Amino acid sequence: MNAKLPNVDAQALFHYVLRLGDLSLILGQRLGEWVGHAPALEEDLGVANIALDLIGQARLLLSYAGEIEGCGRDEDKLAYLREQGGYFNAILAEQPNGDFGQTIVRQVLIDAFQLELYERMTGSLDERLASIAAKSVKEVRYHLRYSSGWLVRLGDGTEESHARVQSALNTLWPYTVELFAEDDLDQLMADSGIAPRLSAVHAAWSARLEGILADSTLLRPADRPHLWHGKRGQHSEHLGYILAEMQYLQRAYPEACW
Amino acid sequence: MYTQGLDGQVPDTAAHTDEATLEQRFLARVDAEEKIEPKDWMPVRYRNTLIRQISQHAHSEIVGMLPEGNWITRAPTLKRKAILIAKVQDEGGHGAYLYSAAETLGVSRDQLVEQLLSGKAKYSSIFNYPTPTWADVGAIGWLVDGAAIMNQIPLCRCSYGPYARAMVRVCREESFHQRQGYDLMLQLARGSEAQKRMAQEALNRWWWPALMMFGPSDANSTHTGDSQRWKIKRFSNDELRQKFVDFTVPQAKFLGLAVPDPELRWDEHRQQYEFGPIDWSEFDQVLKGNGPCNAERIAARRNAHAAGAWVREAASAYAAKRRQPSANIAA
Ligand SMILES: [Fe+2]
Ligand SMILES: [Fe+2]
Ligand SMILES: [Fe+2]
Repeated sequence: MNAKLPNVDAQALFHYVLRLGDLSLILGQRLGEWVGHAPALEEDLGVANIALDLIGQARLLLSYAGEIEGCGRDEDKLAYLREQGGYFNAILAEQPNGDFGQTIVRQVLIDAFQLELYERMTGSLDERLASIAAKSVKEVRYHLRYSSGWLVRLGDGTEESHARVQSALNTLWPYTVELFAEDDLDQLMADSGIAPRLSAVHAAWSARLEGILADSTLLRPADRPHLWHGKRGQHSEHLGYILAEMQYLQRAYPEACW
Repeated sequence: MYTQGLDGQVPDTAAHTDEATLEQRFLARVDAEEKIEPKDWMPVRYRNTLIRQISQHAHSEIVGMLPEGNWITRAPTLKRKAILIAKVQDEGGHGAYLYSAAETLGVSRDQLVEQLLSGKAKYSSIFNYPTPTWADVGAIGWLVDGAAIMNQIPLCRCSYGPYARAMVRVCREESFHQRQGYDLMLQLARGSEAQKRMAQEALNRWWWPALMMFGPSDANSTHTGDSQRWKIKRFSNDELRQKFVDFTVPQAKFLGLAVPDPELRWDEHRQQYEFGPIDWSEFDQVLKGNGPCNAERIAARRNAHAAGAWVREAASAYAAKRRQPSANIAA
């Protein structure tokens, strides 16, 4: 590996890269549940497209995490053989798909987060992360165009669709707090020039959301304290089921290569 | 070009031209391997045959997303998961451009989808079989996409232009799918005992249904005559089936898997494989709706359609508001 490793504790960087990779992986996994069952053929294609990008990002990030760790774990060992306490995605990503509106709300919230994060991470001192961010930001920009396009249509569509997405927004909004709750690891990454300050990401995200919600004629719910942190390995009850399904073959046939 | 040429002739001659002359001219163009385009005159039966065939093909692509989609969340590596998502997405894309090709014949996608959901329209029976294991994903790619290619390569030269052009694109992607499916099977066949068993059982499940994909044997095929005359169909069901068997049996051998046909043998004289009789009663049953997954497949499509109704309504309501911005402001 020739990429320059920043002068930071490998264990910390490993953990941080997993946060990014797991967010993409779990969200991609959720979107995969839709394929073949979306409201229209174009949406089957659109959702599959985003899922595909997210799995691609997860592969790059988990592979990199495995290299940082240096214990011989590759993308698949990390994806398929970690227990849920070792998963560091924000809890928002693992929330159920619900109806198409809830999926779209979850998508907008995370797309906008990833967009603001990756835009800033293209300047990371960690060259590998900078290049992954540069590739991902193009994808994420398209994802947000898709998801926010739908949020506007649903929010400003019929009375029913408006009510449905407003309710989904109210349900999911509390989980966004975690995305921006800066902990020691986030601070360390920002101090080392590896990741942007979450406060900056939050401000940009907030402004962007403001515009999208206005176009969608949706009300921004109030922030509420959020005490449970997926990015530290504390998860909702949903992740266990996601992993049970995702990891089933690898767990059932531990000797096998696929 | 030739299409425009004909269009130019129509006004001065149409009044004096009867059906028979038009049909003669149409057949002459078909014989000359010219492409028939949407605006060209065509016999009603030709149009109806195409609508039926193209829409069935489109429905098959859409329903075909389900058995493999069943494994997206459980694919055993991230690479295989990505390949599978891309594959299922491709099938949806095939459905989309086949619906577009059908629409050039004067039907709407909504009408066609309605026929699928009501059970009036058929789709390929192969997708009424289940995918209980990961190996079934491989078997579908290898055998089902493989059989689809055999069927569809000749359709790239179909007399109807939009269908032929759609098929060129579809075939390119189907051959990717076939290779990816075979690669998946190869990994299993070279794997643990459990994986080999999984692969063999999937081959056992899919072999005969794959052979049935080519349709009834020529003696009992109702649509073949006209379709061949019109150069929609270039080879008979049995010819294509034989081609598939000859192509696929060596691949099974390479995998070290046994084709589940005790009568299968190489005929040195005819230079082709001879295979056992197909159980057409099973085919008839699946066609009648009694296959293992007919009910689930249609239910899945209906549920998705019903659950998505509010989304589609919202999209049209939103679009309608955008079309009349002044009305909105005035109100
Ligand atoms: Fe296809
Ligand atoms: Fe096909
Ligand atoms: Fe295919």
